[in-house]
Amino acid sequence: MPVISYIEAITQALDEEMSRDDTVFVMGEDVGKRGGVFQATKGLFEKYGENRIIDTPLAESAIAGVGIGAAMYGMRPVAEMQFSDFMLPAANQIISEAAKTRYRSNNDWSVPMTIRAPFGGGVHGGLYHSQSMEAIFANVPGLKIVIPSTPYDVKGLLKASIRDNDPVIFFEHKRAYRLIKGEVPENEYVIPIGKADVKREGTDVTVITYGLMVHEALQAAEKLASEGISTHILDLRTVYPLDKEAISEAAKKTGKVLLLTEDTKEGSVISEVAAIIAENCLFDLDAPIRRLAAPDAPAMPYAGPLEHAFMVKPEQVEHEIRDLAEF
Amino acid sequence: MSVEQMAMPQLGESVTEGTISQWLVSVGDTVNKYDPIAEVTTDKVNAEIPSSFSGKITELFVGEGDTLPVGEPICSIEVEGAETTVDKLVKNTSSAGTVSENMQQNQDTSMKKRYSPAVLRLAQENELDLNQIKGTGRGGRISRKDVENFLQSSSVNSVADASVAQQSSVGCFSEAVAKEAVEPAVAHASRTYENEAGDHVVALTGVRRAIASNMLRSKHEIPHAWTMIEVDVTNLVNYRNQIKGAFLKKEGHKLTYLPFFMKAIVAALKEFPRINSTWAGDKIIEKKAVNISLAVAADEALYVPVIKNADEKSIKGLAFAVDELAVNVRENRLSPEDMQGGTFTVNNTGSFGSIQSQPIINYPQAAILSIESIVKRPVVVNNMIAIRDMVNLCISIDHRVLDGLITGRFLARVKELLENINPENTPIY
Repeated sequence: MPVISYIEAITQALDEEMSRDDTVFVMGEDVGKRGGVFQATKGLFEKYGENRIIDTPLAESAIAGVGIGAAMYGMRPVAEMQFSDFMLPAANQIISEAAKTRYRSNNDWSVPMTIRAPFGGGVHGGLYHSQSMEAIFANVPGLKIVIPSTPYDVKGLLKASIRDNDPVIFFEHKRAYRLIKGEVPENEYVIPIGKADVKREGTDVTVITYGLMVHEALQAAEKLASEGISTHILDLRTVYPLDKEAISEAAKKTGKVLLLTEDTKEGSVISEVAAIIAENCLFDLDAPIRRLAAPDAPAMPYAGPLEHAFMVKPEQVEHEIRDLAEF
Repeated sequence: MSVEQMAMPQLGESVTEGTISQWLVSVGDTVNKYDPIAEVTTDKVNAEIPSSFSGKITELFVGEGDTLPVGEPICSIEVEGAETTVDKLVKNTSSAGTVSENMQQNQDTSMKKRYSPAVLRLAQENELDLNQIKGTGRGGRISRKDVENFLQSSSVNSVADASVAQQSSVGCFSEAVAKEAVEPAVAHASRTYENEAGDHVVALTGVRRAIASNMLRSKHEIPHAWTMIEVDVTNLVNYRNQIKGAFLKKEGHKLTYLPFFMKAIVAALKEFPRINSTWAGDKIIEKKAVNISLAVAADEALYVPVIKNADEKSIKGLAFAVDELAVNVRENRLSPEDMQGGTFTVNNTGSFGSIQSQPIINYPQAAILSIESIVKRPVVVNNMIAIRDMVNLCISIDHRVLDGLITGRFLARVKELLENINPENTPIY
């Protein structure tokens, strides 16, 4: 199987879906001639032309709004938010329109739109290029939120998102774009939305997380294995709605649960995961549920040392797992 | 003078690695701060790396064409008259401190009795005494894994025990014991006893241990209630006296009273299936089969072999079955199968002269009935004093399953059947 990067998996998924289905089109800031600021749409403008790879004005509300209209009209738009930090001007369109159209029209209309948005920090991006935005949308029934961690998951889940008949927000970790590489089959495949995935089997401590933190957890697990600590890792992949069954199963596996997110702690996605475990797994728990997240500070700092202090680090993950194992 | 290191810079937000496409300096060159020292290619940009220091290049760590992660050193520069400001590596917060902490924790047992929900559930489900489990968690805490490991190792033991029980076929008291022989009844005898001079210490046999364990379990788990009725069996005594000689001659077996009692009890059990049942935690199971466990004494032990489907047997059939069990017990020929499947126990305490007893239920059954001695007593019949053959029937019941009402009706039915025995309604065959 060829090894490709996280961002190449995105380009491949877009390319394959566009050639498979004429109603799929891409729009966003600099996605056309420029190929996207991260080069996610590189080469697609040349292949599909300006009618299907559309450069938009710097107006996120319009990108989402146009996408919703096109989707209701039968198209399958893939709208790119250049950075997830800039999604908030589009929040009204996404939350009040895209998420509710099927409900409001009693099933007459739907919005099969995918919104791609790079998120996450640790890239020296400062306040406006480092945020995790998933928790803001993870309380809006009608939306689905996908956050893949590997190139394999990226490709399979982006294709599933584009084919989904309702709005999907697809968050891509910008630090993963070129950092994470992995095997991706050449054959066509799609990964169902809403299914978490066990990334490592273990018996001492369960780590439940998503996005780039999956890799921090895997690294820590590898290191701890040499100390005889066996770590079970569940990658949520879809953070809304959550895969409650898989979460309960993973929590029950060891009874000791560490929840990880790069987002700030209070009100984050993992807080909901903690609630699911508390509701369903009391008599299997062997330790308090633990959360490791960024501090509840307004933003990721720009200064290198402060940014480093803000981010959840592999040593911390390792420390927390060890601490739970010893509990 | 000091040596500084230059690191691969981050050239763009999603860039995590870079490739040195060309060195613009070589070892020995002198550079000024901000002079370009190398060209770097990433998949986003090509850029020149400016020197962060003025000084002499002392070493290039990587060659042209090499790709390395952001932050890795690429070359060293000797700087004059400066203090070392080598990038402080972030300290690993975990490793150094924890070793000594762990050493201290080993002594600490403050968490020994703090049980998690998982540990409590496992202990309850498996009837474990948590005091017997060693905690490997912090502060001596018993973790879920400790309990799971304990269960795993004790299940290995119990398999071994079970196979021993299979070999010495009489080594079990009843089916419950055959399965639960591992249960540490000994745990409750934690007090130590001192022998005084002349005392005779009897080592426990497997059977004794099994009896102890089963009795304890039954008394611990089952809330016993007890009652007794008095039955006039004069008719039965007369009937049996009439036919016992002929029976012995014809069948070669003695005809005792026991099969008659059993016949009546079995008939009543069919009418009151709740007596023939078992407590199953969240439900009561009324057994379809009527399998009578019969308490049979041996010199040093008590066995409870089972007469299967007793409701299908005639009085002769029951007499033969009882005889066969008695012989098997005496000759040590009982197999574990002979002890299994009982649904109700009959205890013939009258055989050694008892007139009243309080039997312990044969776990997991719901009741046990003992038949006391038949004795001649003056009783009032039709306002006259008469000499009648009287017998007491005593029953212990599981009060979770049964109340006095059903038990009373059951006993009344047994009494009615026994008192009305005559040659016409009670055929031997």
